[in-house]
Amino acid sequence: MLLALAVLSAAALSAAALAGRAEAQDVGGALAQLATNKYDDTEAALSVLALSGDPAAVGIVSALAEGRLVFGGTPPRVFIQGEGGALLDPLTRQPVADAPAVKPVRVNNRVRRAIEAASGALSLVSPDPAKRLEAAQAVGRSRDVAALPALDAVLAKETDPKVKSALALARASIVIGQAGVSEADRIAAIEVVGAQGNQDALALLRSVPADASPAVKDAAAAAIAGIERNLALWGAAQNVWYGLSLGSVLLLAAIGLAITFGVMGVINMAHGEMVMLGAYTTFVVQELIRTHNPGLFDWSLIIAIPLAFLFTGLIGVIIERTVIRFLYGRALETLLATWGISLILQQAIRTLFGPTNREVGAPSWMSGSFEIGQLSITYGRLWIIVFALLVFVALLAVLRLTRIGLEMRAVTQNRRMAASMGIRTNWVDAMTFGLGSGIAGMAGVALSQIDNVSPNLGQSYIIDSFLVVVFGGVGNLWGTLVGAMSLGVANKLLEPYAGAVLGKIALLVIVILFIQKRPRGLFALKGRSIEA
Amino acid sequence: MSTSETRPPALLTTSGLVFLGVLGAAVVLVPALNLLTAPDSALHVPTYVVSLLGKYLTYALLALSVDLIWGYVGILSLGHGAFFALGGYAMGMYLMRQIGPRGVYGDPVLPDFMVFLNWKELPWFWYGFDLFPFAALMVLLAPGILALVFGWFAFRSRVTGVYLSIITQAMTFALLLAFFRNDMGFGGNNGLTDFKDILGFNIQADGTRVVLFVLSAVALGLGYVLCRFLVRSHFGKVLVAIRDAETRVRFTGYRAENYKLVAFVVSAMLAGIAGALYVPQVGIINPSEFSPANSIEIIVWVAVGGRGTLVGAALGAVLVNYAKTYFTSGLLAPYWLFMLGGLFVAVTLFLPKGIVGTFYDWRARRRASDDIPGAEPAAAPKPAE
Repeated sequence: MLLALAVLSAAALSAAALAGRAEAQDVGGALAQLATNKYDDTEAALSVLALSGDPAAVGIVSALAEGRLVFGGTPPRVFIQGEGGALLDPLTRQPVADAPAVKPVRVNNRVRRAIEAASGALSLVSPDPAKRLEAAQAVGRSRDVAALPALDAVLAKETDPKVKSALALARASIVIGQAGVSEADRIAAIEVVGAQGNQDALALLRSVPADASPAVKDAAAAAIAGIERNLALWGAAQNVWYGLSLGSVLLLAAIGLAITFGVMGVINMAHGEMVMLGAYTTFVVQELIRTHNPGLFDWSLIIAIPLAFLFTGLIGVIIERTVIRFLYGRALETLLATWGISLILQQAIRTLFGPTNREVGAPSWMSGSFEIGQLSITYGRLWIIVFALLVFVALLAVLRLTRIGLEMRAVTQNRRMAASMGIRTNWVDAMTFGLGSGIAGMAGVALSQIDNVSPNLGQSYIIDSFLVVVFGGVGNLWGTLVGAMSLGVANKLLEPYAGAVLGKIALLVIVILFIQKRPRGLFALKGRSIEA
Repeated sequence: MSTSETRPPALLTTSGLVFLGVLGAAVVLVPALNLLTAPDSALHVPTYVVSLLGKYLTYALLALSVDLIWGYVGILSLGHGAFFALGGYAMGMYLMRQIGPRGVYGDPVLPDFMVFLNWKELPWFWYGFDLFPFAALMVLLAPGILALVFGWFAFRSRVTGVYLSIITQAMTFALLLAFFRNDMGFGGNNGLTDFKDILGFNIQADGTRVVLFVLSAVALGLGYVLCRFLVRSHFGKVLVAIRDAETRVRFTGYRAENYKLVAFVVSAMLAGIAGALYVPQVGIINPSEFSPANSIEIIVWVAVGGRGTLVGAALGAVLVNYAKTYFTSGLLAPYWLFMLGGLFVAVTLFLPKGIVGTFYDWRARRRASDDIPGAEPAAAPKPAE
């Protein structure tokens, strides 16, 4: 902001200089003016320096600002006082041989303002393109007419394409609202601004005054329509991104369920609690790291993932061995028993850790965000999507490539046949349940980053997870992937129109209706059984 | 002439008679002990206990409605709380309209929460609820129509088993979210409360409470007789056959989906009546009644008492809720969820037929061993194939 002000006042000065004081057009003339040590002359010289774009000008202005610009001799000349009092030539920066007695050039508040302005304007011509870019953007945002001549001057000289387009944009932003500019010039400016295609450009175009000529107004309206189309596209892209992010969360939560449900026909209502236990594992790991080895904090999630997998997997195996194995073939009753287990686990965590939310921190590599076009992408979400896909691929690999995966698939397809081929179905069941629970635990590690870690964490995912599994089709991991992603994206695309709650309700109704159409989900296992 | 082999079983079995006898005794004793004894007498039943017992009875009716479809048709509805809550909301809307100008804001027509939301006129769906007969009709129609539409879609496309359970759960979850919204016009988060009177009687008065209790008991009794009537009829036999082998029933030429639909709608209406009796006794209805957890809890009442026994469902509802009241209000409160969870697990593992079902088995086994010493215990009579 300061910079913008500075550039503006410099531009105003230069305009005055161009009009009134034609005698000092170059750096040499400016130096002569500085040597008179009059406030008016100093100011005029500063404005010349500001526009000159001469690399030496920067040094002169900063020397003036620091009180190191001195003058003396006959006729009076200016020097820069270097380190240790040596006098340097202001242009060449070489020590002068016959140093006269010198006094600093006087400054008052008005001159100080002019100094600021000049250094601001000089950054438009600074050798560093990044600085020039920043200055150009600052001028564009200020939209002051007075900056036009300065902009025109630098625009003609600028070579860096990025800075040049920023300067052109800055100029267009200013021209667009000007009644005095020719119609063709304004329409050209509208095109330049319209090409930007963001919210700022939209605001600029909307500010085209009502008294502008019809051609200008038409051009502005067309540009606005174009930008709005563009923004709507980006908005949709952003929603799809949020949807993918939500979908990956659903995928993480549901994929373990897809295994236990698909392979074993067990409706594990305690699945959400496995997710919750995974999140609490992360919390405990982080607490231990905080107290024992804070340096490892960035690794806490990496450490927590295998631990959560093992811990919840173990709990899963215990549940399977003590309760669920007595209930095979009675799917609806496993629902009741596991619901009971979920209540017990919730209360156990509530007793151990208290009912309130626990704080789980984000490692540094998960915070922050970056932008693609108008899309803002946070690293946290990105990593969760990556993690969900990794888990998915790993699970596919386990099912496809390993012995236990082969056995699991055999049991899914025909339990009795598998048993007669010598597969220990009991053991496969326990391992499968452990695997499903372990994956839920890993999901918990990821969810601890985006949700409140409380005893109720699992409850909020269980209904959605079941919907994903049922929607995608039981016993097919691809179905779960497609189901999770489409529910996530549909949810986020509905939200802008219906609001969060109505969107969710609409989605539930859609899924209910969908189940009517495909009672076995998107990717149903094909078979000949009438009971399916 | 019907022979003894084809004669249908009696409408009321021994256990049914015992059940109705207990209900009848409660209808006489509880009001008498509440109204006729002195408040300091040892036998006095305070009014809050009357309402509490009334609440248990409405839960029992709700459990009965679930048992009708779960025990006899094999439909595990995880959304029955929604029908209960809809009946409750219909009654709650009537009670809200009865408040009239006595609300905090004194608006003659609009309930307080609408005034608070700055609404100017009554939404169309609130019309008619100032009339009790209309509200009573809606108590039946609101859950009934929802069940009709939902069941028609679901049964026609043969959504069964787990899938049906999960979409019923999605249904109640969607309703939960919907009723939480203020814009829906059902009081949002706070629900409907602060009732003043019902049919002109003060809702807080001892007499009204006693009448509500008696009505709940009568509704439970009638509900039981209705369910018994249904399940012992030809219709009921088809239901049980659908439960055991739906495809075979279909192949025999029955339209299974129609049978299921009728049972589902009747069950939803019974749940609605239970909700309507529940609300004036508890004094509030809010969206949490729709929460999926509530619906699952109903299932456990039925499972504890004994699925497919009707009497057991009612017994289970009363027992579990008595335990809940007892344990959530004392030192043991933090352990209630452990107990409830443990109950779920223990019942499914060790008592799959519930209390009453296990008792029936035991009785059948004893009779069998009395008749033919040393014989195998008789299994439950199987339908002729």
